[in-house]
Amino acid sequence: MHNVELLNITETADSNISNKKAENKKEKIKVDKLNAFFGNVKALNNISLSFSENTVTAIIGPSGCGKSTLLRCINRMHEEVSGTYEGIISLDDENIKDNDPVWLRRKIGMIFQKPNPFPTMSIMDNVTAGLRLNGIRNRSKLKEIAEQSLRQAFLWDEVKDILKQPGIALSGGQQQRLCIARTLAVSPEVILMDEPASALDPLSTNKIEELIFELKKSYTVIIVTHNMQQAARVSDYTAFMYLGELVEYNKTANIFTNPSNKRTEEYVTGRFG
Amino acid sequence: MQIINLIKRKIFKQQAGIISVEAPAASFSIKNLLGGKNVGDLVFQNVLRFFASILLLIVVLMVIQMVNQSMPSIKQFGWNFIKNNTWDPVKEEYSAWPFIFGTLYSSLLALLIALPLSLGVSIFLSEFAPRWLEKIVSLLVELLAAVPSIVYGLFGIFVLAPWLRTTIEPALGNKFGFLPLFTGPPYGLGMFAAVIILVVMILPIITSISRDVMKAIPVTQREAAYALGATKWEVVKIILGGAKSGIVGATLLGLGRAVGETMAVTMVIGNTPQISYSLFEPGHTMASVIANEFSEATSTLHVSSLIEISLLLFIITVILNAAARLIVWGVTKKYKGRK
Ligand SMILES: Nc1ncnc2c1ncn2[C@@H]1O[C@H](COP(=O)(O)OP(=O)(O)OP(=O)(O)O)[C@@H](O)[C@H]1O
Ligand SMILES: [Mg+2]
Repeated sequence: MHNVELLNITETADSNISNKKAENKKEKIKVDKLNAFFGNVKALNNISLSFSENTVTAIIGPSGCGKSTLLRCINRMHEEVSGTYEGIISLDDENIKDNDPVWLRRKIGMIFQKPNPFPTMSIMDNVTAGLRLNGIRNRSKLKEIAEQSLRQAFLWDEVKDILKQPGIALSGGQQQRLCIARTLAVSPEVILMDEPASALDPLSTNKIEELIFELKKSYTVIIVTHNMQQAARVSDYTAFMYLGELVEYNKTANIFTNPSNKRTEEYVTGRFG
Repeated sequence: MQIINLIKRKIFKQQAGIISVEAPAASFSIKNLLGGKNVGDLVFQNVLRFFASILLLIVVLMVIQMVNQSMPSIKQFGWNFIKNNTWDPVKEEYSAWPFIFGTLYSSLLALLIALPLSLGVSIFLSEFAPRWLEKIVSLLVELLAAVPSIVYGLFGIFVLAPWLRTTIEPALGNKFGFLPLFTGPPYGLGMFAAVIILVVMILPIITSISRDVMKAIPVTQREAAYALGATKWEVVKIILGGAKSGIVGATLLGLGRAVGETMAVTMVIGNTPQISYSLFEPGHTMASVIANEFSEATSTLHVSSLIEISLLLFIITVILNAAARLIVWGVTKKYKGRK
């Protein structure tokens, strides 16, 4: 089922390259000895890795291994469900705890598993919601950014004539792209995606994947996925997690063709998880 | 309590788009010979239809009776019944404006005070309070809704009115006597007491429905807002936007309750048919005049005038409820979107 030929690997895997670091590119986000808790329950155990600019990193692993928790630590949404963490997460070498979470979340956008447009807002208002929160009121400016974001999310042509209609009147795949446009509109630098295509049909999934490929030109993208082919198709790096620990982190090609850990191999070949 | 819960559920379902306009009673039982219909279903359907039509019949009969019985007064006074200010059983001159005014004035004032309070409390409960505090306060709020109105009335007479007379009203009169709201001698029993009692009575309705509606907004909405970099307050605003229809419905329900409230208001409002904007002055409402004078009304015209007032009250309540439904329905429909 996990067709390795899909990967279209050109570079030869060099498993000796630092397996915690993407080389040549600036490290945008660094996670250092992260332990995350829900109350007394530890969900993440001593995780260290970094995410580089203009790369897509996939996080894979069986259900409950802490993928979402890791993402949610990075944009400090973990705190909103009264979770805590120890260790250091930094954005551009600055500890994220040194800044206002509101400010941080404008730099680190997040896409959720289930499309969640604001149901009482029109398509237009949905896209501009974040901007309006930022205090931008100028209508032509809002319109301009909305169009630009919708184009970036490959949605513009489908909605340009119905911008006044409610966002939830769209199909699931369109809604998800609307949510992506909404996130792009506030011009973040990092985009976290928690299983962004798992609620979508194959065609919509395809579109989202194409989109991710485009996004990496300008953003740092971290995507959680249960779909091995998807991870293989869209990501440059892959992190495999198991029971709250980071088991293996390497170039996607290496993870799928030549995993150094037995568990990783079993997981990516579908023998467990 | 029961009714509030029923209504809550209704509003929810409407909000969630669960109730479709005509939910066909789907039958999963084995189809038989009767054109694919089940006998039990047919019987059941018709029994339900019968009950539904009985309800309708009762309402129609009530209206016919009310119109019928208010005929003498309608013939005698015509539109003047609504426009004039005199209510004089001795001279047999009746007109309803002071009561309509009293009802609307007291209810609207109560709503004006209760709405921001309720919204504040429900926002606190659904967004800020820790779980245990939310539980306790919610329980208290629901308890408030369950207190019989006569209890509020007694409290109004024996506690609230004396306190208003001796402390609050003189103080307000001294400081703000230049406002038309606070002129005249402090009676204690009057519009002020009625408004306060009404506030206490409608507060729990609006609060508990609004809170439930806000809590029903899915977590994904909150997360969407947070992830966009919304502050706590901005998240609340977005949630309020989503809960709008339910809150409007709750408000109109509260208003309906205030308009129809009889016992407690009768006990504290002072029962004087006059038109005054001052809170210190006694007033009268449609419900309270009916309650007060029905037993002693002997002349046909007096009785008929009281019934005409009840007809007007009925119309006002129907309009309010219809408006509530239309607004809730309109707001939900606008954003329901595709299935
Ligand atoms: N709000 C919460 N309160 C307490 N424990 C939680 C909470 N959310 C998650 N957990 C626990 O933390 C662990 C990691 O959960 P997490 O959601 O990060 O897993 P996941 O890898 O994203 O799983 P999935 O693939 O199913 O989404 C799990 O054991 C889970 O039970
Ligand atoms: Mg998850």
